Amino acid sequence: MKHIISALVENKPGVLAHVAGMFAARAFNIDSLVVGRTEDPDLSRMTIVVIGDDKVLEQVRKQLAKIVPVVKVQDFTDQPVVARDLMLITVSAPPEKRPEIFPLIEMFRGRVVDIGLKSIMVEVSGPETKIDAFINVCKPYGIKSVARTGTIAMPRQGKGDM
Amino acid sequence: MPSNSPDSAPVAENLPERTGAQIVVDTLVDLGVEAMFGYTGGVVLPLFDRLYDAPIRFFVPRHEQGGCHMADAYARASGKVGVVLATSGPGACNLVTGLATAMMDSIPMVAFTGQVRTELIGNDAFQEADTTGITRPITKYNSIVKDVRDLERTIREAFHIASTGRPGPVLIDLPVDVEVNRHRGNGRAEIDLPGYKIRTKGHARQISTAAEAINMSERPVLYVGGGVIIANAVEELRALAEKAHLPVTMTLLGLGSIDQRHPESLDMLGMHGSAYANYAVQESDLLIAVGARFDDRVTGKLSTFAPNAKIIHIDIDPTSISKNVHVDIPVVGDAKHILTELTKEVKHRPREAWFARIAEWKKKFPFKYDGNSGRIKPQYVIQELCRQTKNDAIVATGVGQHQMWAAQFYRFIKPRQFITSGGLGTMGFGLPAAIGAQIARPDATVIDIDGDHSFNMTMTELATAVQYELPIKVCLMNNGYMGMVRQWQELFYGRRYACSYLKNPDYAAVAQAMGAVGITVDKKEDVPKVIERMLAEKKPCVVNFHVEAEENVWPMVPAGKSLSEMDGLDILERLI
Ligand SMILES: Cc1ncc(C[n+]2csc(CCOP(=O)(O)OP(=O)(O)O)c2C)c(N)n1
Ligand SMILES: [Mg+2]
Repeated sequence: MKHIISALVENKPGVLAHVAGMFAARAFNIDSLVVGRTEDPDLSRMTIVVIGDDKVLEQVRKQLAKIVPVVKVQDFTDQPVVARDLMLITVSAPPEKRPEIFPLIEMFRGRVVDIGLKSIMVEVSGPETKIDAFINVCKPYGIKSVARTGTIAMPRQGKGDM
Repeated sequence: MPSNSPDSAPVAENLPERTGAQIVVDTLVDLGVEAMFGYTGGVVLPLFDRLYDAPIRFFVPRHEQGGCHMADAYARASGKVGVVLATSGPGACNLVTGLATAMMDSIPMVAFTGQVRTELIGNDAFQEADTTGITRPITKYNSIVKDVRDLERTIREAFHIASTGRPGPVLIDLPVDVEVNRHRGNGRAEIDLPGYKIRTKGHARQISTAAEAINMSERPVLYVGGGVIIANAVEELRALAEKAHLPVTMTLLGLGSIDQRHPESLDMLGMHGSAYANYAVQESDLLIAVGARFDDRVTGKLSTFAPNAKIIHIDIDPTSISKNVHVDIPVVGDAKHILTELTKEVKHRPREAWFARIAEWKKKFPFKYDGNSGRIKPQYVIQELCRQTKNDAIVATGVGQHQMWAAQFYRFIKPRQFITSGGLGTMGFGLPAAIGAQIARPDATVIDIDGDHSFNMTMTELATAVQYELPIKVCLMNNGYMGMVRQWQELFYGRRYACSYLKNPDYAAVAQAMGAVGITVDKKEDVPKVIERMLAEKKPCVVNFHVEAEENVWPMVPAGKSLSEMDGLDILERLI
């Protein structure tokens, strides 16, 4: 099962190596890992998607918390969260196909961010499943390249989906 | 990510500007460091220059691995932080085995390594190695100081991290320009490590739940690991065992937590533990683990380990809990505090039937060897060492059969008395460990009970013992073999002794050539008087006991078997 773990870490050199090294040394499976700045310049947030059962997850959480520059660890598994991936995808799209493709992009609330002679680059964000679905939709036209982030997530304050 | 933020580091305005090297030395002195181990080289020359007339005793090993084990054993014997220093590249790489050894056994150490100039890092400069990269998984924490303004704070943090919580080695990598750049230092400002929190006090309700379980239990066993010694909680442990009336078994690293002459001691458990400890654990209805981590050498086959027992686990490291074995009542915190609180709530119970059953096992399956043999049995030598030192020597070991016999036949009475590489099982640990322990405890009798091949790995450190006039005693259980490997080959590989027999030097002659005393013993009847002479020696002394070559360690729980499935009990029973 996939779990989303969020770790606040000190902004120090080597933190990513500590975290990645711990996952490798303890044979935990990382599905994705995203690091970025936060509202506090001294802290970064790592969002890690881990595959494993409850026992593995308990160890993952504790082992992460044990790393000296890791300040706080949260497991988002059993709470309502907003989880998003971001993708840039270049799809072959000669002018005659574009009337067909553009509505699809709109359906996925994507944006065309670059247009070439024979291809276009699209930006899509959303839950992982939505990104996967968009890739599937693009396949028939020919995918030239894909770059996607892993998941970032934050617990919900309110109730409904926005 | 930005580098360390020097802007936020406090500055000791009242102190003069000094070089980084001087800041290191001043900070070490201020932290109370009395002894250090290390080996010089190009990028640590500024540091050595400052150490030259510093009020710190400095010991130079013959190999950085030796120095690292010395610092480790110094820490084990004294409870203080061991400090080691090595140059960049090869020097740093030579620390690896020693750091991993200390990490596995939770030993407080701080290692300093030199590094090439900051602007050369990453250029494959002469003697450059990615030391923090190499040592990251074998240290509790490590970091490189790239700005002298962070130096003092980093050192103070390193000592704090190394010595608190579950201790471990911390490494600081020091580029040579940081050693020569000048700064006032950060002073004794409060340590600010937002990600480093230690829970010391145990949860009161968990402690009460544990006490209730103990009070209910008919067949409890206390299972004690090295954590109790690290936490200096031996008195508290004894108080609990006495008040609640609990039998106590110890791991290899737990030996010394209770006096083994005490009738309630079940001695060591596990692969080469006592039959009475292993049977008691398997039949127990409650296992109270304190500062132990359910290592595979202790539990045997996990699925059949202590099948009827509820498990209480007291440990300062939350990752140890339910890592290998499901724990019913975890109590995270400092063993000293938790044991004190727990003792208040437990009641005495006679548990006559349980103690009678244990007494029966003890009577039937004591540790034994063939005392009638005309050869020198290694177990006999160790028993004789124990007798003549009145159970009171500090014993270091290598790794192998001799280590297990030392654990079985030397009866320890005090903490910090048995200094052995448990988790990593590092051959070559014994001699440098004896040196480090002797430096920490100058008045103690320190004996390295060693194997011939373990000794082969680091025997160059004999020169160190001679130079510093340390009266350590090395007792070689010389069986010619890598005995423990030979035993496995005998039992599991059809006696094909592949690469486990090597030609050894004349150890007495080697010792003499190095300036130590060297004695060879071939006859059993000479053992007592040679030990007597050895104990009286003021110089380092190596006694080469030519022991029975194909002796086996019994009992033995073969890897992957249940604790109660011990081999060799029949062999022991046939001995008179
Ligand atoms: C550095 C290292 N290399 C290899 C081993 C594997 N090993 C474990 S015990 C042993 C043999 C030890 O021989 P010796 O020191 O003579 O002790 P004995 O078993 O004969 O008492 C070996 C090779 C180890 N533990 N450590
Ligand atoms: Mg041997």
